[in-house]
Amino acid sequence: MKATSENSPKSNRSRARAFREYFSGVPLLGWLAGGLVAVLLERFLGTPLAHLLGLPKVPVLFGCVIILKKPLLIPGTVIYLLLVYVLPVGIVARLCGSVINRLVSWLFNLSPTFSVIVHLCLLYGLLSIWSGISAYRLLTLKLTLIAVIVTLSLNIINGYMGEFSCSHPGFMALGAYSASVVTLLLFVDDRVFGAALLPEALGPFMFPVALIGGGIVAAVGAIAIAIPSFRTRGDYLAIISLAFMFIVKSMIENLEIVGGPRGLSSQPNYVNLPTLFLWTVAAVWIINNFVRSVLGKALNAVRDDEMAADAMTVNTRRTKFVAFLFGAFWAGVAGGLLAHVLRYVNPGTFGIQKLAEVLAMVYFGGLNSVYGSIVGAVGYSLLSEALRPLELFKWIIIPLLLILVMIFRPTGLIAFKEFNVMNLIRPKGKPIREESTSKGGVLIRS
Amino acid sequence: MPLLEIKKMSHDFGGLRAVNGYDLTFEPGQIRGLIGPNGAGKTTIFNLITGIYIPTEGDILLNGKSIVGLKPYQIASMGLGRTFQNLRLWRHMTVLEHVKMARYSKINYGLVGSFFGTPKRNREEAEIDDLARSLLELVGVAHLAEQVIVNLPYGDQRRVEMARALATEPRILFLDEPTAGMNPEELIQMMGIIRRIHNELGLAIFLIEHRLKVVMELCETIQALVFGEVIAEGTSEEIQNDPRVIEAYLGKEKIL
Repeated sequence: MKATSENSPKSNRSRARAFREYFSGVPLLGWLAGGLVAVLLERFLGTPLAHLLGLPKVPVLFGCVIILKKPLLIPGTVIYLLLVYVLPVGIVARLCGSVINRLVSWLFNLSPTFSVIVHLCLLYGLLSIWSGISAYRLLTLKLTLIAVIVTLSLNIINGYMGEFSCSHPGFMALGAYSASVVTLLLFVDDRVFGAALLPEALGPFMFPVALIGGGIVAAVGAIAIAIPSFRTRGDYLAIISLAFMFIVKSMIENLEIVGGPRGLSSQPNYVNLPTLFLWTVAAVWIINNFVRSVLGKALNAVRDDEMAADAMTVNTRRTKFVAFLFGAFWAGVAGGLLAHVLRYVNPGTFGIQKLAEVLAMVYFGGLNSVYGSIVGAVGYSLLSEALRPLELFKWIIIPLLLILVMIFRPTGLIAFKEFNVMNLIRPKGKPIREESTSKGGVLIRS
Repeated sequence: MPLLEIKKMSHDFGGLRAVNGYDLTFEPGQIRGLIGPNGAGKTTIFNLITGIYIPTEGDILLNGKSIVGLKPYQIASMGLGRTFQNLRLWRHMTVLEHVKMARYSKINYGLVGSFFGTPKRNREEAEIDDLARSLLELVGVAHLAEQVIVNLPYGDQRRVEMARALATEPRILFLDEPTAGMNPEELIQMMGIIRRIHNELGLAIFLIEHRLKVVMELCETIQALVFGEVIAEGTSEEIQNDPRVIEAYLGKEKIL
């Protein structure tokens, strides 16, 4: 008896390893192709299949809502998920693995940049078909992409720089309001700012300028925190930044010219999926470039030992300043995007609950890691949508999960891992990838 | 003109005079040592020169220009590289990243390059990479370049710290007890590295040591410091036979 009970986890583990090995030859492109097949299948056969299985409609968020609301439909939902997602992805990835691998290595040798673009196109295709099923999916996807930008921008400060900043909702509010004021003032006839000043057709072209302007306003706001708090370290920044968040919120609440507590509405609908996808890719690309350069790594040096960084010619004050402003800038951009996705902002959005959400995404996903931020933002956003039917219990389950993550992985799920795009798009040659140190794979220069 | 000249430098911690009237004239290519019992003020002198503390009195001239009051990173980029008595490494970074980080002030690609991955950035990062690897080769830890620093044994961490200091392109290298906590074998290797650095790169080296053997073997000129004051200066033989040094280390001979 004892022997078998000891053996079973081991055999489970070896089975899991065998399973992983079975799929280890599949490059990223193979998974994307599998996903594309799955979403196409859902697009064309989803509704009849759902009816056949007794489901009212296509399960929107992987069936979580249906499962939680009507437990009787669990078998149908599980079969649906298996038929539409799991099997097609697995079969396509496995069967076409070697063909796609050859394609990937050809692409990679041709030009890594081109290969990255192909991957992104496929990912975009997948997302747009997936979100085409329902407006709810589209909104969830858009909010998730924005969450990725926000989480990354906060990770620069809380993860890479190792300070504890609580002002991110404030920066988002500054960006959201600045961008909204620009677009409402210039391109829309509305009740707050009156008639449009510029022809409406110019709007979409000027929108990036409005967003960047919002980011810059947020960065200017960040200076107000950076100057007094960078003389000291630790708790002071947390307190000052928390105060900043409340100041921004109550300032906007009392500014009648931007609608006060009622907020601003009827922003033009500029943020469609391709725009948002491009902005997210740009944010990930630029932030990842920064944190992998020596100038960005200086943040880690300042965090781990400031005196040593100083002695190694690192201008610590400038480093912290730049990182803080950079993080605030992207928070501002994300705020602007959020305002134009919801097409409504009010100061109440950017309160303590937003802060808790953003912090949860950073610490859930993993400090000091672009991977972690993406995983944290996507995971948290989807989870919080999926658990929505549980209503109040959602706010018990999510914190509980966070506590568990903090107990078993105090720095988050995927912390201190470098995001190397070249490794990601590389063809998979050997069956087992060598797991090196916690730092992740060996850096390979392109 | 001497490389580094210190005139009548003093420093007070509150009411305690930690360093009193310290003088130093450092010529290019010299190896000098600073010895003294615990608490004599050796590390304080290093911290004063490298800008972590600002001297209460006196002047520090690097190539004839005063560096008093400059920030530590400015002094470091002017050519004063250093290591620390208790290793000060960045525990989440790899060995290679440590050495590359010390090139911070020599980087020209700027923020635009770091954001957008311009060709200039890639070229410069590649150059820094090569330089860092060659320095790691020099101190004998090139094979550990991709490891996270905390996975290295103590002796190798010391070597990385040395390579990191060298990457700042110092004209004088300040080594604060480079052999502290080392076993005899590691000690001999470390002395070999210091000699190699001195011979191959022609660097001036200023060494704090507890172990007299190391200082006596390596240094041309030695200062002995007791309670913040230099009590003797000279070659290793002179220092070894100086009655004041013997007194400071072993106590006064008492005849009953």
